[in-house]
Amino acid sequence: MTEIIELEKKVLSENDRLASAIRNQLKAHHITALNFVSSPGSGKTSLLEKTLGALKDQLRIALIAGDVQTENDANRLIRAGGEMVKPMVTHDACHLEANMISGILPEFDLDKIDLLFIENVGNLVCPSSYDLGENMKVVLISTTEGDDKPAKYPAMFRRASVMVINKTDLLGTSDFDMDRVKKNALGINPGLRIFETSCRTGDGLDEWYAWLKTIVTQN
Amino acid sequence: MHELSIAQSIMTTVFQEMKRRNITCVKSIGVKIGTLSGVMPEALQFSYEAITRDTPLSDTALIIEHVPLLAECNLCGKQFKVENIAFFCPACHSVDVTLLQGEELDITYLEIEDADLNDR
Repeated sequence: MTEIIELEKKVLSENDRLASAIRNQLKAHHITALNFVSSPGSGKTSLLEKTLGALKDQLRIALIAGDVQTENDANRLIRAGGEMVKPMVTHDACHLEANMISGILPEFDLDKIDLLFIENVGNLVCPSSYDLGENMKVVLISTTEGDDKPAKYPAMFRRASVMVINKTDLLGTSDFDMDRVKKNALGINPGLRIFETSCRTGDGLDEWYAWLKTIVTQN
Repeated sequence: MHELSIAQSIMTTVFQEMKRRNITCVKSIGVKIGTLSGVMPEALQFSYEAITRDTPLSDTALIIEHVPLLAECNLCGKQFKVENIAFFCPACHSVDVTLLQGEELDITYLEIEDADLNDR
């Protein structure tokens, strides 16, 4: 004979507990945190480089650069003017978890930060399951990818608050259809805020910067 | 392949529960995996079997229940299955819908031998 013990416990309850603690800690310091997710090569680091360069005199921006093996992204971001950039090498793990963020936060002076960027590992699947204590997830997609990415990775697009469509300078060189990708993404998440950017030409970046300044002011 | 770390979290949680409840042998573990959980059931099953080898859970089955997406329209109140991950009401076409289920990633139960209960 056997007996069933009801548990009803979230598998990631420990991660969620740590993420809430991070969220409270960041809130107490009036820090807005954004978790950047995308496939490898969509331009997360490029967008963050541009943003650091453009806003470094207006906002105090800290950055955690998640990378599977190297500190290359962190080094690029430091060169772009980031004064508070920390690499977070995951050693082959395909995503960041809340405990990695709690581990690295003490290395920052939280009283001197307005905006915290967390650059997740390039992967549209695994990072969707892990809350890092951020205010919002920002998902990037580029025009050199398939415009069905939202349909292929619905969990990520459903949980993101913002979608940045990058590399708009390359529109027309592939079959990527801007209307289709937006329709696709909004079908999964009607509340998604969408930006169209080209980190190479600078197109659309002013709207993105303006929005960042607004959310920091509101927080 | 974050299913390996999901399997690790399941194992850790079950060990904690076994210790807390003084259970020595778990026959099966029930989990619910929603369509939008971001977890692939086959990969989770594979990872679970790999990491529980040579542990007290080596003979414990992982029973995965898949939870489909179910939503409710906030305008007309219709409850519907979300097909093709498109979140709009099939009756009134509103996109103002609330997800009722489909994001689960939960451990729902432990099945244990009665003998274990008597020992306590």
